[in-house]
Amino acid sequence: MSALTILLDANVNSSANYFQIGIQLLVAIGIVIVMMVASHLLGPKRSTSEKLENFASGIESHGNARAPMAIKYFLVAILFVLFDVEVIFFYPYAVNFKELGWTGFWEVLLFVAFFLVGFIYIIKKKALQWED
Amino acid sequence: MQHIWIVLGVLFVLLNIAAGLIWLERRMLAMWQDRLGPNRAGPLGILIVLADTLKLFFKEDWIPPFADKWVFITAPAIVVASVLMSFVIIPFSPSIIVSDLNVGILFFLAMSSLGVYSIVLGGWASNNKYSLLGALRGASQMIAYEVFMGLSLMGIVMLTGSFKLSDIVNAQKDVWFVFKQPVALVIFFIAGVAETHRLPFDIPEAESELIAGFHSEYSGMKFGMFFIGEYLGVTLISAMTATMFFGGWLGPAFLPPWAWFFIKTFAFILFFILLRASLPRPRYDQLMETGWKVLLPLVLLNLMVTGAIALWIRG
Repeated sequence: MSALTILLDANVNSSANYFQIGIQLLVAIGIVIVMMVASHLLGPKRSTSEKLENFASGIESHGNARAPMAIKYFLVAILFVLFDVEVIFFYPYAVNFKELGWTGFWEVLLFVAFFLVGFIYIIKKKALQWED
Repeated sequence: MQHIWIVLGVLFVLLNIAAGLIWLERRMLAMWQDRLGPNRAGPLGILIVLADTLKLFFKEDWIPPFADKWVFITAPAIVVASVLMSFVIIPFSPSIIVSDLNVGILFFLAMSSLGVYSIVLGGWASNNKYSLLGALRGASQMIAYEVFMGLSLMGIVMLTGSFKLSDIVNAQKDVWFVFKQPVALVIFFIAGVAETHRLPFDIPEAESELIAGFHSEYSGMKFGMFFIGEYLGVTLISAMTATMFFGGWLGPAFLPPWAWFFIKTFAFILFFILLRASLPRPRYDQLMETGWKVLLPLVLLNLMVTGAIALWIRG
């Protein structure tokens, strides 16, 4: 209940704040486009047979990179999604920390305990181990 | 109208800092490694910046025929645009800030995490095995360190009760947060180095094993944009560290606030360069294991201890 009133009381950003962000976005994208177009127009255009191959620092190129890759990277990405969502629950707690007091603190401590249970589980499952 | 001038001024200064850092880094590295560094063009070789920029503009804009053309073009654009957007919430002085959002830190985290797209898309679109390996490593490194980068700042949010960066700076009038949150500073800075994939955590590039990692196939200005993105990222993490932990623009009155902000930011930029000059690169698995198994529990512990002490002092 108290958390809800805090959320409702929080001062809302006016659209004026986002107007400047819009300008910054437009100018930033403008800079990027100008840089790319300028270098496209200014540079020479020459094609040689060496340029048509993958760059491999002088050793023979091994061709197409559309090949299978280690599953470990996907595992890390999935763990990231899990943990980042859990971590995001700390953000509203941190900003309302003073109002929630000791009650909120014990509740978050319980949440951390659940968090750690999952964390210990993935470590026991060796999801974060790179050497077999 | 004033807002537009602030936006243009901030972007102008940032691009010049990014270009200047190319020279500064080479000079400082040379000094620390007992070499000369660039010293031919102009006084102390500073005109090397101009020469480099012109050279990059006049290089061929080569898109390899085997690459995925539009993704290949988008990747360097994302890195520059997203880092430039992150600077929206940085308070350079009480009045020089593009937009003082009340979700400032969240905006910073959102924008800085977009950088991972440029690495993945760039490495994948290059259709080169080295690039792909660099991109995969870079992605898992950045997302692993992103988890607790935000969390390390939450101790400060708890003490301030706000995501707004001007509130956080003002809360440091008496004591800088570095004295209240030293563990958070160390973790934030390590995560920052990993997020900008600077040495010693430049595993997505790792010249000695992956050529140039995710940007092996890039040349000309597109390569230059990855460079600008990297230096802007260094400036961003330095500016955030100065703002969050070292009082931002606060300082004795004999210098204007923006000067204090730039002095503090500059000190951290130099520290970034010193890290590059002095530390060897860890192995990929060492980096990941430290991140997940040491830093993540540590940052949770820091958060809980901060909470307990803050509540205990208040009674």
